[in-house]
Amino acid sequence: MDQLSVEHLLGIKYLKKEDIELIFKTADHFKEVINRPIKKVPSLRDITIANLFFENSTRTKLSFELAEKRLSADIINFSASQSSVKKGETLIDTVNNILSMKVDIVVMRHPNAGAGVFLSKHVNARIVNAGDGAHEHPTQALLDSYSIREKLGSVKGKKIVIIGDILHSRVALSNIFALQLQGATVKVCGPTTLIPKYITELGVAVETNLKKALQWCDVANVLRVQHERMDIKYFPSIREYTQLFGINKQLLDSLNKKIIIMHPGPINRGVEITSDVADSEQSIILNQVENGVAIRMAAIYLLAQQIKK
Amino acid sequence: MYSKQRLVAAMAKKTLLNSKDIQIILHRLACQLIENHTDFSNTVLIGLQPRGTFLAKRLVQLLENEYKVKNIKLGLLDITFYRDDFRRREEPLKASNTSIDFIVEDKRVVLIDDVLFSGRSIRAALTAIQSFGRPLSVELLVLIDRRFSRHLPIQPDYKGSQVDVINSEKVKVSWVENDKKDAVYIINEN
Repeated sequence: MDQLSVEHLLGIKYLKKEDIELIFKTADHFKEVINRPIKKVPSLRDITIANLFFENSTRTKLSFELAEKRLSADIINFSASQSSVKKGETLIDTVNNILSMKVDIVVMRHPNAGAGVFLSKHVNARIVNAGDGAHEHPTQALLDSYSIREKLGSVKGKKIVIIGDILHSRVALSNIFALQLQGATVKVCGPTTLIPKYITELGVAVETNLKKALQWCDVANVLRVQHERMDIKYFPSIREYTQLFGINKQLLDSLNKKIIIMHPGPINRGVEITSDVADSEQSIILNQVENGVAIRMAAIYLLAQQIKK
Repeated sequence: MYSKQRLVAAMAKKTLLNSKDIQIILHRLACQLIENHTDFSNTVLIGLQPRGTFLAKRLVQLLENEYKVKNIKLGLLDITFYRDDFRRREEPLKASNTSIDFIVEDKRVVLIDDVLFSGRSIRAALTAIQSFGRPLSVELLVLIDRRFSRHLPIQPDYKGSQVDVINSEKVKVSWVENDKKDAVYIINEN
């Protein structure tokens, strides 16, 4: 397959296994490109991309922006905090106004689940979902799988545990879809209050004992507790959370194998993961960030390829 | 009006060069490179992906084994992301690997490809190679130079053979490495 089966990148659940393989193969080439002395290719010279961030982001925004620049696209940035959204403009109006400036691709982060899907039905541009509420974050899941593939050779047959605040996490959901599509086994681990009620229906096992989960897995993907999305108390205290679900060096050394530690960031050092673990040899957190640029270049390149002259 | 024989001949695959012809040409190209680059101490050879890499690897083998030139630097360059027909063609472009583990800054670069046709790939390669530094000079070596078909002012510095064919005909170079046999064919696509 040389072309994506989708017109927009809205979520992993809309992708086929072959799409993921194509994105990875393309990302391999772009990873080589971004390690050259001059890290830029002219492919998207005549493409304009709007980055619409209706929710705060540092890493994802920078990563998308860099990926777009490395492909030579023209870009415009927009943050909800400095915009007419505050003045009462609707999402479709905001985006259509931006599109009348001849924009080809929209990269959007939005606090509401399904915002990308909604937009894709109403506006004439390719949409890339950069995170919609607690729903999906497809490029993060792709870069996570890509990093596992890079480190372990393949994702197929591997055992991955996602630890922490699963309930509020779009990273968890996209990761579950992506990993299962590639033939990995997925478990989730965290306080029962932070695990969605029907998660097992996705074919995911639940483990509440952190040590057992780590002993089982090849890769542990550690998530942050999303306090900003919590309107009620889900656990007694951060200290208690850390004692039960925080990963530290002693715990890691007590396992009889070396597992890989991932984290999508931002890290709360000392809460879900200690500094010595985050900076250890087993951690591939910074590789994830580097791979993020290559993956986003690949996704945008493949979507742009479908926009005919 | 075309005669019947001529039509049959046009549809057939015509051999332009056989394996012996190619062997002789490779030796001549190797000697011409040595004339200009002596010990290759400041020269790098760049094979263009996908099909120029076979020729480039053959030349390196020949230079090292027959002409005892040591330490030739060879890189493989993919030009997909530099092409000027992105989004303008039916079939999507397919990238190959680039493997250049040196900087071309102040080096004499020889680009190597199998067939020179419109010159557009070479234009893309000239842009692509600059991602690896500013070369001192860039030369072009091709096995087959299709004359009168250029879209751009690009000419080879070293050429194996020149050929005049019409646009509907295709020049195909096959190598032992991927097509079992060294040969150059002219194929009529009609």
